[in-house]
Amino acid sequence: MNEEFNVSPEDFKKLPPDEAQDNENIAGPSLSFGQSVWLQLKKKKSAIVSAVVIILMVLIAFGSTPFINNETLVKSHPQYANLPAKVPGMSAINGLNGKLKQGDKWVNVYEQNHIPKDKYFFAGTDYLGRPLGQRIIYGTKISLIVAFVAALFDLTIGVLYGIVSGWKGGGVDNGMQRIIEIISSIPNLVIVVLMLVVLKPGMMSIILAIAISSWTTMARQIRAETLTLKNQEYVLAARNLGQSSWKIALKHLVPNLSSLIIIQMMYTIPTAIFFEAFLSFIGIGISAPQTSLGVLLNEGQKNFQFLPYQMWFPAIVLCVLMIAFNLLGDGLRDALDPKSRR
Amino acid sequence: MSKYILKRVFYMILTLFIVATATFFLMKAMPGSPYANEAKMTPTQIKIMNEQYGLNKPVFVQYLIYLGGMFKGDFGTSFQYANQSVTSLILPRLAVSMQLGLQAMVVGVVFGVLLGTLAAVKQGTWVDSTSTVLAIIGRSVPNFVLAVILQYYIALKLGWFSIAGWGSFSQSVLPTIALAVAPMAETERFVRTSMVDNMNQDYVELGRAKGLSRMEVVRGHVMRNSMIPIVTLLGPYTVALMTGSMVIENIFNIPGIGEQFVKSILTNDYPTIMGVTMIYSIGLVVVLLITDIIYGLIDPRIRLQGKEG
Repeated sequence: MNEEFNVSPEDFKKLPPDEAQDNENIAGPSLSFGQSVWLQLKKKKSAIVSAVVIILMVLIAFGSTPFINNETLVKSHPQYANLPAKVPGMSAINGLNGKLKQGDKWVNVYEQNHIPKDKYFFAGTDYLGRPLGQRIIYGTKISLIVAFVAALFDLTIGVLYGIVSGWKGGGVDNGMQRIIEIISSIPNLVIVVLMLVVLKPGMMSIILAIAISSWTTMARQIRAETLTLKNQEYVLAARNLGQSSWKIALKHLVPNLSSLIIIQMMYTIPTAIFFEAFLSFIGIGISAPQTSLGVLLNEGQKNFQFLPYQMWFPAIVLCVLMIAFNLLGDGLRDALDPKSRR
Repeated sequence: MSKYILKRVFYMILTLFIVATATFFLMKAMPGSPYANEAKMTPTQIKIMNEQYGLNKPVFVQYLIYLGGMFKGDFGTSFQYANQSVTSLILPRLAVSMQLGLQAMVVGVVFGVLLGTLAAVKQGTWVDSTSTVLAIIGRSVPNFVLAVILQYYIALKLGWFSIAGWGSFSQSVLPTIALAVAPMAETERFVRTSMVDNMNQDYVELGRAKGLSRMEVVRGHVMRNSMIPIVTLLGPYTVALMTGSMVIENIFNIPGIGEQFVKSILTNDYPTIMGVTMIYSIGLVVVLLITDIIYGLIDPRIRLQGKEG
C-alpha cells in the first residue's frame, strides 16, 4: 500500500483525436433482435439439436403428404398383419431384422408367415397389416398440425385479447379480465371434453377444443406487459403525435412483446401435442380413418406384451418430439429473457 | 381480507353457474341418443323412457330442475346404470381419486423440491444437469406412456407391485408414480429457478457476512423464501392430476372418477358427464380459492385487496 507514486509529466500526453473518440465508443456493433437471439441461442447445444430435430420431423411429416394419405392408411393387408420391423442391412440386430421375441426365443416372423424375402417394413405393421412407419409419420403430421394451430390461436386471440385489455384499461379491462378469470378457473380438460362431446370427433374439433382453452395464459401475460409498456415514454410520444392505437400496437407494442409471445408459444406447443395424444389415447380424439400418435399408442398398448414394437415406436417419436420442443423452448427462454439466463 | 374472500366466493359461484349452464345446454345440443338400441325401440317405449328420465319436459324446465337438484347435491339419474343416481355413482369414486391424487401430489412435490434444491445448491455441476435432464424427461414423457411401461416392466416382468386394481398399498404404488412425474418435473423447475433467484439476493450476502455458512443460509433463508411460491402451483397440480387420473385410472383399472368420466363420455351418459364436469370445476375453483388465501396468509408482502396489478 505504501508504494511510491511517481508521476512524471510525460504520462499526461494528449491522445490523438481518433483514439479519443474510440474510447467513448464502448458499445459493440448494434444487433437486431434476431441477431442477438441467435447469438444467445447458438451457445445452447441442446436447443440447436432440438431445432434441427424439429425441422427434420416437420420436413418428413409434411413432405410425406403426397405418398401417405388416407387411402394408403386405410387399406388393410391381412397377410402382413403384426409383422415386426425389418430394415435392410440390419439383420444382426434383433428387433430390426424381422424377428420377434416369442417366449424366450427370437423367432423370424417373416419366414414363419412366408412373406417374400424382399418385403421390408421399417417399423413393422399393425394388426391390419398396415405399415406402422407410414402411420407414425402421418400421426406426427397430425400432432404437429394440432400444435401449430393451437400456437396460432395463442398468437392471434391471446395476443389481441391481451393487448386490447391492457391498452383500453378501465371498465373494458376489468370486464375482460373477469371473463378470463372465469374461463381459466374451469379445468381446460372439461372445456376440451365438452367440445369434443358436442362436435363431431375428428381433427377439426380437437384443434378447436385445444385452441379455445389454451389462449388465456398468453392473454394474461400480454396484458400485464402491455400495462407497463403503455406508460413508456415512446408510447406516450407516439400517442401525443396522434398515432392511431392500431399503429402503436403494431409498431411499438408487438415488437416489445415478441420475446414474451415466443416464450409462451413454446409452452403451448408441447402442451397441445400432449393433449391431442392424451385425448386420442383415451378414445375421444382423432378417429379412423385418420390416425395420430395417441391413436397409435392406444392400439400399441393393447398388444404391448406380445408386440412391444407397436407401442415403443410411436412412444419414442412422441417423446422425442416433446423433448425437442421443451428443450428448444427452454433455450429460447434463456436467449430471450435475460433474467432466466443463469 | 374477508371482503376479498367474499368477492372471490361470488366469482366462484358465478363460474360454477356458467359451467353448469354451458354443460347443460351443450349436452342438449349433443348428437346421438342415450338409448343403446333406439332403432329397435317402439315409439311408445321411447316415450315411456323419456318420461322416466324427465326428457319429455321443455328444455328450460329440465334446466331448472337440474339446477335445483344440484343445490341439493343431486345430479340426476345415470343413463348408463338403471336407477342409480349420479351422486351415488360418483361419491365412492371421488374418495379413490382424491386419495390417488393426494398421494401423487405429495410424492411429486417432495421429490420435486429435493431435486430442485439440489440442482440450485450444486448449480453447474453434474447434480444440476442430472436433475434438469430428469425434469425435462418428466415434462416430455406423457404419463400414460410411462404408466404402460411401468405396468409392464415393473409389475408384470419384475413382479414388484400389483399390475392393476385398487385397494392395497401395493396396487397404488405404480399409478402414484406415473401421476407424480408431471408435478415433480414442474416443481423441480420452479424450485430451481426460484432458489437460484433468491441466492443472488442481498440478504444471502448479509447472512454470509454475519458468519453463517453457505448451507445455513440456504436452509434458514433461501429455502423458506423459495418454497412459498410453490403454493401457487396448487392450481396447475390439480388440473394435471385431474387430466392424469382419466388415463391412469383406465390403465390401472382403478375405480376412480376419471375412469368413470371416460366411460360416460364413450356411452353418452349425459347426467354423469355433467356431474363429473361439475365436480371437477368445483374442485379447481375451491383449490384456487384456498391457494389465494394460503398465499395471503404466509407471505405478508402480498396484500389481498381484490386488486390486480
